[in-house]
Amino acid sequence: MYGNTNITEEDAKRLNTIDEDPIKLAQFEDRITRGEKIEPGDWMPKEYRKQLIRMIEQHAHSEIVGALPEGTWITRAPNFRRKLALIAKVQDEIGHGQLLYSAAETLGKTREQMLEDLLNGKSKYSNIFNYPAETWADVAVIGFLVDGAAIVNQVINSKGSYGPYCRALERICYEESFHLKQGHDNVVYLATGTKKQRAMLQDAINRWYRPLLHFFGPPDRTSQHSEKLMKWKVKLASNDDMRNQFLDQYVPKIWELGITFPDPNLKKNDAGIWEFSDPDWDEFKRVINGGGPCNSERLAVRKYAEEAGRWVRNALTAKNEKYVAPLA
Amino acid sequence: MNSLDPRIKRLHLKKDETEPVHTNSHLVTWEVFHQDKRGKQHAHVGAVHASSPELALIMAKEVFGRRGKTTNLWVVKTSDVFTFQTEDEDMFETTPEKTFRDPADYKVRDRIEKYRNTAKVI
Repeated sequence: MYGNTNITEEDAKRLNTIDEDPIKLAQFEDRITRGEKIEPGDWMPKEYRKQLIRMIEQHAHSEIVGALPEGTWITRAPNFRRKLALIAKVQDEIGHGQLLYSAAETLGKTREQMLEDLLNGKSKYSNIFNYPAETWADVAVIGFLVDGAAIVNQVINSKGSYGPYCRALERICYEESFHLKQGHDNVVYLATGTKKQRAMLQDAINRWYRPLLHFFGPPDRTSQHSEKLMKWKVKLASNDDMRNQFLDQYVPKIWELGITFPDPNLKKNDAGIWEFSDPDWDEFKRVINGGGPCNSERLAVRKYAEEAGRWVRNALTAKNEKYVAPLA
Repeated sequence: MNSLDPRIKRLHLKKDETEPVHTNSHLVTWEVFHQDKRGKQHAHVGAVHASSPELALIMAKEVFGRRGKTTNLWVVKTSDVFTFQTEDEDMFETTPEKTFRDPADYKVRDRIEKYRNTAKVI
């Protein structure tokens, strides 16, 4: 589960002044234009490597942190079948983290360094996981709509240029289709259930609506954009395009259940573009910078896992084991 | 910590008192090969980190054998795999041109027909 990668003004500036061997750069760009993949041993521009590491690493962190809000509900799932599905889904998310860390490692950053950067705050994860899963209906909404949003992004990214990342994403998308189906099943069950169940679902949708709009990042008119990243097929669609695709696919599926979104201005205009009220982008910034309801809890839990597991890793780690990056 | 999760409440987590991750200690990296059907090849699917081949297999089972069919898995130490450099790809460039290795390059029917017509064989 992951949103979208966004770059800073500084990144955009560096990407506009690429200082690389022009012949190698031309060969590299030609290969991408021909639709071929880049593999770990290939020559690549420093900025390409840097942006990819950052993006894949944040994606990996989002998988393992993303398992936390849902994991909360494993012990309180309403029945055995839902519990099995939720355990399987949470395990998938951790498995996706494993695949993505491996893909990022092929670019030259060790897994331990990535975990360290998650804990010390240098590296981010998707903002949406800084919100709590208050009721069982939140689990349904996360499974259906948050995973649905992530799939929009991941299907697009799997057409990117870096081989190991594309391969990981293909496997991930295949598994996420189960997350989506079981999430939809869960949503439909609540929507067609008792009055109380419907109210619970409506309440969860009301709370997740804004974070879902934030999910793909700030609007294109206010976010940094880089032609280079598009040309290199690191970023393949703009924030607004992905958000629009998501709304187009999922809003009707909620409306058909007689459930509403807490926004009177949410509608598709004549040009086929979805319009909505300003989802408070200041809140988005506040949460990214640590001010969300669960930021400190998420990191505290990861830190606890790191510390509580340290003695096991110390016992297992061979002294002087030299780090070897995965092959592909 | 005030959490909605009863399990997290019970942990009594403290904030910001962590030793950094030991970034200089590493587990061994293993490449994973997956066989989905008896009689088919093992195909490379990815990598895991583990301290021993036995644990690497268990990790591989969890990461690559959760769904669909699996009949067998191999793990191989990444450092034991020797590969060509990707930039040496051009050494295979002319291989598709070697049509003399291709059965389709050996077509004699025309010649046989011509011979039969001129020599009047039955």
